[in-house]
Amino acid sequence: MATSSIHVPSVSPVEGSRSFLSRLRSGDEIARLFTFVFAASVVLLTVVLVYELWVASPLPRQKFGLAFFVTKLWDPIAEQFGALAFIYGTVVTSAVALLIAVPLGIGAAIFLAELAPQKVADPLQFFIDLLAAVPSVIYGVLGVFIVIPMMRTVIAPALKATLGFLPIFQGPAYGICFLTAGIVLAIMVIPYIISVSREVLLSVPRDQREAALALGSTRWESTWKIVVPFARTGIMGSIFLALARALGETMAVTMVIGNTPNISASLLAGGYSIAAVIANEFTEATGELHLQTLIELGLVLFLLTFILNGLARLLMLLTAARGSGTGRA
Amino acid sequence: MKRLSGLLVLALLLAGVMLAQSGLMITGAGATFPNPIYSKWFDQFHKANGTQINYQPVGSGAGIKQVTDGTVDFGASDGPMNDEQLKAYRTKNGVGILHFPTVLGAAVPTYNVPGVNASLNFTPEALAGIFLGRISKWNDPAIANANKGVNLPANDIVVIHRSDGSGTTYIWTDYLSKVSADWKEKVSKGTSVNWPVGLGGKGNEGVTGLIKQTPNSIGYVELIYAAQNKISYGTVKNAAGTFVKADLASVSEAASAASKTMPDDFRVSITNALGKNAYPISSFTWLLIPEKFKDVAKRDAMKNFVKWAITDGQGDVEALSYAKLPKEVVDKELKALDKVQ
Repeated sequence: MATSSIHVPSVSPVEGSRSFLSRLRSGDEIARLFTFVFAASVVLLTVVLVYELWVASPLPRQKFGLAFFVTKLWDPIAEQFGALAFIYGTVVTSAVALLIAVPLGIGAAIFLAELAPQKVADPLQFFIDLLAAVPSVIYGVLGVFIVIPMMRTVIAPALKATLGFLPIFQGPAYGICFLTAGIVLAIMVIPYIISVSREVLLSVPRDQREAALALGSTRWESTWKIVVPFARTGIMGSIFLALARALGETMAVTMVIGNTPNISASLLAGGYSIAAVIANEFTEATGELHLQTLIELGLVLFLLTFILNGLARLLMLLTAARGSGTGRA
Repeated sequence: MKRLSGLLVLALLLAGVMLAQSGLMITGAGATFPNPIYSKWFDQFHKANGTQINYQPVGSGAGIKQVTDGTVDFGASDGPMNDEQLKAYRTKNGVGILHFPTVLGAAVPTYNVPGVNASLNFTPEALAGIFLGRISKWNDPAIANANKGVNLPANDIVVIHRSDGSGTTYIWTDYLSKVSADWKEKVSKGTSVNWPVGLGGKGNEGVTGLIKQTPNSIGYVELIYAAQNKISYGTVKNAAGTFVKADLASVSEAASAASKTMPDDFRVSITNALGKNAYPISSFTWLLIPEKFKDVAKRDAMKNFVKWAITDGQGDVEALSYAKLPKEVVDKELKALDKVQ
């Protein structure tokens, strides 16, 4: 930005309009205008979306107010609604998913970008891109037929035997639970983290690596201390993308989470997520209040995504400031 | 020249008539449960009469909403509209709306208890107790006493219910409300309810999937879904004290038992019906038709369709595992059709 403005000479209004015309003729101005409209439409779409959700849900705001966020009860017959259990389920499953997917995804991306020979990396990348394109209902089926039985017979008993003293691994384990939903989500978001992170790592300039090697570092040292920090912003971007996908995922989660509005410290208990309850109850919501509450839940999900993304960005800024300025890219 | 223009006018008129006939399109929306038979009926009716009926299976609640808003010509629902909804319709449209039963369905208890292959018998007390969370073991006397000779394990029961709003849930909770005062007070009936215990699966297939994956579980699915997918299910003790397995005959019997006391607006619940072999968790499904149509052609086509569906159309329903309407109900409906103007 700063460099381009240096080259523009200061001009009088007449010359300016003439040069605008000439720029128009050369097509630059048209291209600028069009791309600006496209970019602005994204902002407009977001604003329209929030506005529509807002005006379509006045009843629950009047009736429940802010208590909506801290009430657990969800009773469509008595028309008493609270969002807490759904917010809890959404946050917990997404957190579990990121805890599993981030180390795995970044590790795999480092291998593919830095360590694997091209002959191995390219076919592997093809499979990863393929995984990213699999519809979520397929992951849901995978969850029902593979992850749930494994959770019930292998993973949960093993966790209870070793880490059972922790409250997060207590209670009966039916396999339909927060943890299963988190694992299925992790499988779904890993391809995003790998693909984006690998691209970012590959785009780190060659001189950075060569300089590190020339100073006597090993290949791993140059990767871990120079290349990865250089690509930090992009890698964080891949995690945001994964988080957004995990927060909003509907089909795969609803198939394995148990769909019961429940707040429990145990990851082995069933729960519910915001997206899942909207998908489940929207078509058959008979009362106006019920329907509008589901729309307000959509707004809550929007807000939650916004807050979590903001927190993640804040975290990135803080860690980047503490690092020695390597997070510039 | 004159003759030519006369011919032209005639041709235009003919084309107009043909267009009007082939172009008559009625739209409807609502319940998913009767969608297989409705699709078949609409297709046959289109072939026979040229009237096209476009039906969207969006769910009973959405069907009621859409017909009230006037975005479709008729609605369809697995549960009758309540007084509040009828009032809302009248306020908005100035006229009333009528219920026409078309076919019958039922909800059946299905389970996965390792080591038990026998068909289990359920009393109303046992079902209400299980779904309230009061009966938590399979060998509880409330279950065991009705299943002498079956070796029931001492395992914890896992309750599986529908997570999506559904007419099947309406029938199931309507039944539990009738047989258990506790259920009526704590949970009541509806397409989605606040379940005291259990895990939810999306759709009949979701419930079936979770039951298959979860040992010691029990849930409920639609009879047609169980029949088409060869899922085994238990019997339920009816109001006369007999353990009845749901099938076309026992569901129809529940309807005939109830049809003697059928109210004029057809809004009747036939769960826990009297009758020696009546299956107690049965229900009608209804078409919701406005009392007044602005378009006369549409009105006549709609009336023709209902008339055909509840008479000749009934020949197709059993092949799709729905139960037929009893004759008394059909006669009553034919009379009620005159109210549509």
